[in-house]
Amino acid sequence: MSEEVKKVATRESYGNALVEYADQYPNLVVLDADLAGATKTGTFKKAHPERFFDCGIAESDMMGIAAGLSTVGKIPFASTFAMFASGRAFEQVRNSIAYPHLNVKIGATHAGISVGEDGASHQALEDLALMRMLPGMVVMNPADDIEAKAAVKAALDYVGPVYIRFGRAACPIINKPDYDFKIGKGTVLREGKDVTIIATGICVSASLEAAEMLKADGIDAEVINICTIKPLDDELILASAKKTGKVVTAEEAFVAGGLGGAVAELLSEKLPTKMTRIGIHDRFGESGTASALIEKYGLDGKGIYASVRDFVKA
Amino acid sequence: MTDLELKKIANEVRKGIVTAVYSAQSGHPGGSLSAADIFTYLYFEEMNIDPENPKKPDRDRFVLSKGHTAPGLYSVMANRGYFPVEELKTLRKLGSRLQGHPSMQYLPGIDMSSGSLGQGIAAACGMALGAKIDNKDFRVYTLLGDGECEEGEVWEASMFAGAKKLDNLVVIVDNNNLQIDGPITEVNNPYPLDKKFEAFNFHVININGNDFDEIRAAFEEARETKGMPTAIIAKTTKGKGVSFMENAVGWHGKAPNDEQYAVAMADLDKISDDLNKEAK
Repeated sequence: MSEEVKKVATRESYGNALVEYADQYPNLVVLDADLAGATKTGTFKKAHPERFFDCGIAESDMMGIAAGLSTVGKIPFASTFAMFASGRAFEQVRNSIAYPHLNVKIGATHAGISVGEDGASHQALEDLALMRMLPGMVVMNPADDIEAKAAVKAALDYVGPVYIRFGRAACPIINKPDYDFKIGKGTVLREGKDVTIIATGICVSASLEAAEMLKADGIDAEVINICTIKPLDDELILASAKKTGKVVTAEEAFVAGGLGGAVAELLSEKLPTKMTRIGIHDRFGESGTASALIEKYGLDGKGIYASVRDFVKA
Repeated sequence: MTDLELKKIANEVRKGIVTAVYSAQSGHPGGSLSAADIFTYLYFEEMNIDPENPKKPDRDRFVLSKGHTAPGLYSVMANRGYFPVEELKTLRKLGSRLQGHPSMQYLPGIDMSSGSLGQGIAAACGMALGAKIDNKDFRVYTLLGDGECEEGEVWEASMFAGAKKLDNLVVIVDNNNLQIDGPITEVNNPYPLDKKFEAFNFHVININGNDFDEIRAAFEEARETKGMPTAIIAKTTKGKGVSFMENAVGWHGKAPNDEQYAVAMADLDKISDDLNKEAK
């Protein structure tokens, strides 16, 4: 990746997008659970203090408050770390938001191992799986600043519950400014014929790097960016799997139940295809810098390259 | 409405509860009966609602945080004209709008789906906050069980309501003193409820929740209370009105058989007769 590529953490994009759309969506309100500085909703608080409500360190309660606000016409963005949004408050999200299909948006930051130094207790790896199980829940995992802002806008326009996952660490901007983002639609970022890499979140830019490296091994990889884990872009994935006959998924999450799980479910029913899943395999994370952890768990360009190469050559 | 009129309606609400649970052969009669007078006062006297227009934007909101006592809510709604009383017999049956716990997706007039204890009060806080944001004057009422107050979320929500000075919110605790496993003091004592809510910056009113004079006075006092939410701790009798269900822990979540149903309805018919005599 060249030095000129701009890097932005998607949590920054989240805070900025909330401010950007505040005027256009007067019913937008923002809730946080004492993490406004970290989730970047503090940016919104500064711009619109009358539309920002701190619920204190009480994430379960925050989800209920968001549910109640939505029933009286507000569009609440309930914000906290992915660990607490999807884990601690799971049952509130299930019973008070998803079951009544309320118009609540969950802004879950600090997802995955790239949380870094805080370690395993704060590294949500199961959030995609947990949220994907809920009927009617839209689950998005943006790959960069452009996609993160587009996901916030799409969530505002969509009526119903949405979970958006944002990261702590800065990541390269890979999408074009004129990106026509749609919930449930993936994009082919690189066309190839030998293997399909289906990536989400920070693994998208790493997969593009891996695809470049694979050329030296004579492997022509297709790279698909899947921001919306649910509803999944079945059509795009099936078409690419049919073309290449080999599929690799890449995500900063447990491979069980996440993007890898979703793609495996789809392919095993509709088009059994040789596949492998890159991500975290049945273990908790640990402390370290984000980049050291991403490298250790094989989620950087080199790691994805090696996994795909071994898979294709096996 | 006079207390006598309210008592008559409450007795009809109780008949609806017993009939619905008997018909379903499933459901929670005890805590529905204990709260029948509160349900009646809310839906016939206190709240600004319109059964013809259940989604009227400026209506007062009600959240049944103790969602398992849905038979009480359904019965008062039916008696108030939201749907035919006869429909109470569909409770908990496949295809019914009367789900085991209230669902806003199924039945118009339900302001919030509930059933998982502790969650309703949080949603009620969100509604009350929403009214404040928009300077709307609708009020929000939520009914909790005393056993429900063992849930941590009740106190998270109460802390929020107190901190944000939600004086358009009224929390009512149906303090019938019994939960599934026994008397609440033996299971995991949530007392003193009044002092707890006071400590969370509520205005607290202790009443007999089966006495319309006291219920009326409490809701009037709540309306006058500014700058803080109100908690009404309503001492009630679980199973109120049905002789063999009163203060009997076994009738928390059990349906009467044919014989028991006949006795229950006879008890309630007797109350109707007495109230009619009182009227003359």
